[in-house]
Amino acid sequence: MVYFAKWKIVVVALVCGFGVLFVAPNFLSRDAAEALPEWLPHKQISLGLDLQGGSHLLLEVEVAAVVKERLEILVDSIRTELRKARIRYSGLGVRGHSVTVTLKDVAKADEAFGLIKGLDRGVTPALEDGGRVTMTLTEQAIKERTDSAVEQSIEIVRRRIDETGVREPTIIRQGTDRILVQLPGVDDPERVKRLLGKTAKMSFHLVDGNVSPAEAMAGRLPPGSMLLPSSHEKTSDGRPRMYVVRKRVMLSGDSLVNAQPGTDSRTSEPVVNFRFDAAGGKKFGRITRDNVNRLFAIVLDGNIITAPQIREPILGGAGQISGSFTFQSAQDLALLLRAGALPAPLVILEERTVGPGLGADSIAAGKVASIIGLLLVVGFMVLTYGRFGIMADIALVFNMILIGASLSVLQASLTLPGIAGIVLTIGMAVDANVLIFERIREEVRIGRTPISAVDAGYSRAITTIVDANMTTLIAAVLLYQFGSGPVRGFAVTLAIGIAASLFTAVLLTRLMVITWLRRSRPQSLPI
Amino acid sequence: MFRLQLVPAGTNVQFITRRIAYFIFSAVLIVAALGLFGVRGLNYGIDFQGGIMIDVKTQGPADLASMRSTLSDLDLGEVALQEFGAPDDVLIRLQKQPGGDHAQQVAVEKVKAALGTDVEYRRTEFVGPKVSEELFLDGVYAVCGAIFAILLYIWFRFEWQFGVGAVAALVHDVISTIGVFALLGMEFNLSTVAAILTIAGYSINDTVVVYDRVRENLRKYKTMTLPELLNKSINETLSRTVMTSVTTLLALLALYFLGGEVIRGFSFAMIWGVLIGTYSSICVAVPLLLYMKLPRRAKSSGEVAEVSP
Repeated sequence: MVYFAKWKIVVVALVCGFGVLFVAPNFLSRDAAEALPEWLPHKQISLGLDLQGGSHLLLEVEVAAVVKERLEILVDSIRTELRKARIRYSGLGVRGHSVTVTLKDVAKADEAFGLIKGLDRGVTPALEDGGRVTMTLTEQAIKERTDSAVEQSIEIVRRRIDETGVREPTIIRQGTDRILVQLPGVDDPERVKRLLGKTAKMSFHLVDGNVSPAEAMAGRLPPGSMLLPSSHEKTSDGRPRMYVVRKRVMLSGDSLVNAQPGTDSRTSEPVVNFRFDAAGGKKFGRITRDNVNRLFAIVLDGNIITAPQIREPILGGAGQISGSFTFQSAQDLALLLRAGALPAPLVILEERTVGPGLGADSIAAGKVASIIGLLLVVGFMVLTYGRFGIMADIALVFNMILIGASLSVLQASLTLPGIAGIVLTIGMAVDANVLIFERIREEVRIGRTPISAVDAGYSRAITTIVDANMTTLIAAVLLYQFGSGPVRGFAVTLAIGIAASLFTAVLLTRLMVITWLRRSRPQSLPI
Repeated sequence: MFRLQLVPAGTNVQFITRRIAYFIFSAVLIVAALGLFGVRGLNYGIDFQGGIMIDVKTQGPADLASMRSTLSDLDLGEVALQEFGAPDDVLIRLQKQPGGDHAQQVAVEKVKAALGTDVEYRRTEFVGPKVSEELFLDGVYAVCGAIFAILLYIWFRFEWQFGVGAVAALVHDVISTIGVFALLGMEFNLSTVAAILTIAGYSINDTVVVYDRVRENLRKYKTMTLPELLNKSINETLSRTVMTSVTTLLALLALYFLGGEVIRGFSFAMIWGVLIGTYSSICVAVPLLLYMKLPRRAKSSGEVAEVSP
């Protein structure tokens, strides 16, 4: 019989009502929607970066660098221990994930091994015959080091981006060593990329006055010193000026508590003013007191920003860096120093930036395409199925409303491919009704009464509808699983569209058809 | 009242008797598609190949020649310029730069510095070698996974013969779509993969509807010969098949002409997919059932008019 349970009517009415309620805020301006009372839905569809404009950056933390750094620290401690104990060795160095060293005096090998095996808890030490020692980092230690480096990087990235004033950035970890950064509204991410591209490791070193850079370059570099280029000073032939500085880090950027751009009171050049924490300030005072008249180099990421002469002890715990800055570069350096150093360099693997112009154009084009597509399909359905077509069209409009409402509630980003998914749904959503109506036509042709034809039409078509839609849903799920970014938006709208079309076609039009049948009790079906 | 009926009641097209012609057509299509794919290859976008793509809007019609010479001077390998939907809109594409992920970044900066600030940067995308490799593999997994999952579903809901027929039609559609992309040299990117998966879903959708009717008729008409039964099933569902294809095409045509340049490739692939998917459901998926020994329990004599589902 043509019967529709009361509770089903209630469910259909509720779903449609909530659909209208939840989609409504999208027709208000953003401010008006946010000003709605708390108990009313006020969430609007959130637009993907390709529609609202913005920048998507995929970064990779070079964790190999952190692992290597840890092993190099181990190398240094081994060297110190062995020298202290006057044990001769050779071939001390990093090989892959291990540190190896060969102890020359086999008799003392066990003693030496005892000294160095406990220097790092994260390694598995092994002593072979012939005095060769291999200390390999455990998987666990590598993983821990990677995790902490990535977490720390995310924190630093967040601080740096926050400082640039970008609103509502998304910064999340992806996989083991990647960070996904999404910056809505940023159409020229060059500054952000420049800021993220710097590790910003700062350290203070004494300049080695015993060797000239020329001598050092000729191969007479003392073991405790290194040759570093200046970041901006050039020699007469246009190459960066080189400095010989002591390897020993006197103070590092970790001790900074603040850094601000400013101008030098005498030269009115842009400078960066910084302040150390209490311990750092004391140390800075002691170093400057003990090394008056020597050159003191400030090193950032392996380049010497400046190497001024210490004229007098600096006891206040504050200092100034000047190094041919522009106002912008002084501001950037101050920002980087405040936000802290990255534990490892970051590489940008992927960038997708859309300007606001293209985003707005895409939205406008998407709107026009959806409306025209909708009108074409609506007209075609009316022409083909008459009164039944109108009912299917009402269902189609509710289908759109439900898609809009679901996107608003789920806060899934609507992307350009997502709009394509909606337009496609407009065309495919009527399929369920087409199946039903064609079936009803067939049943009428074999001589059934209107009511029994409708009944048979619905009950026979339903399995076909479910089977047919399940396969499209499978494709949508796989697309979501393997797709990325905007394509996922397509999968989401396609899946929501399928669910909504099942509901509207199977329940909503059926309710309309049955209500009409009961009211007018037609002798024949106008289908 | 006027009623549009694209397929009048009682239409009886002899699809099954012409099956050899369809098979030959499809075989030629597949061979040509594979040949084109092998010889010409696909015009992979930066998603799958890595590289840089910058979409700029110039003030007034773009001077492609001077832009090309400016960019060629940067020594960044092959630079492809293309008008993109409007005379003042230019799509610049650069090859993947040698030297790993960092090199791409440097090249983007160089291009932006060379073009200056007179142009509006509508879209800047670069994909490094690592990510493009992963995206490519993910695309392959997604297409293969979808085909496999659909096979499982059809197998679960129907007899295995239907699963094989449906997947054959599906593979036919996917390969021929790839062939069209190879023939026209259209950019093959992530959204093309999305289109292919949707085509797969659509094509199967169509196939399932006809198969459903075949299954129903197998129960209903136990003595009808198989070719006759298959042909009847196709014709009975033909009206629906055509209707749905037309509504979907109407929506897609709106998207193709009005949806903007960025998704034109996607809409094109979908339009092709709907056409080929509709064809393959009727002319490939159903006739194939003839060759796979469908189980028929022809015990009862005469036609059973009704079987409750």
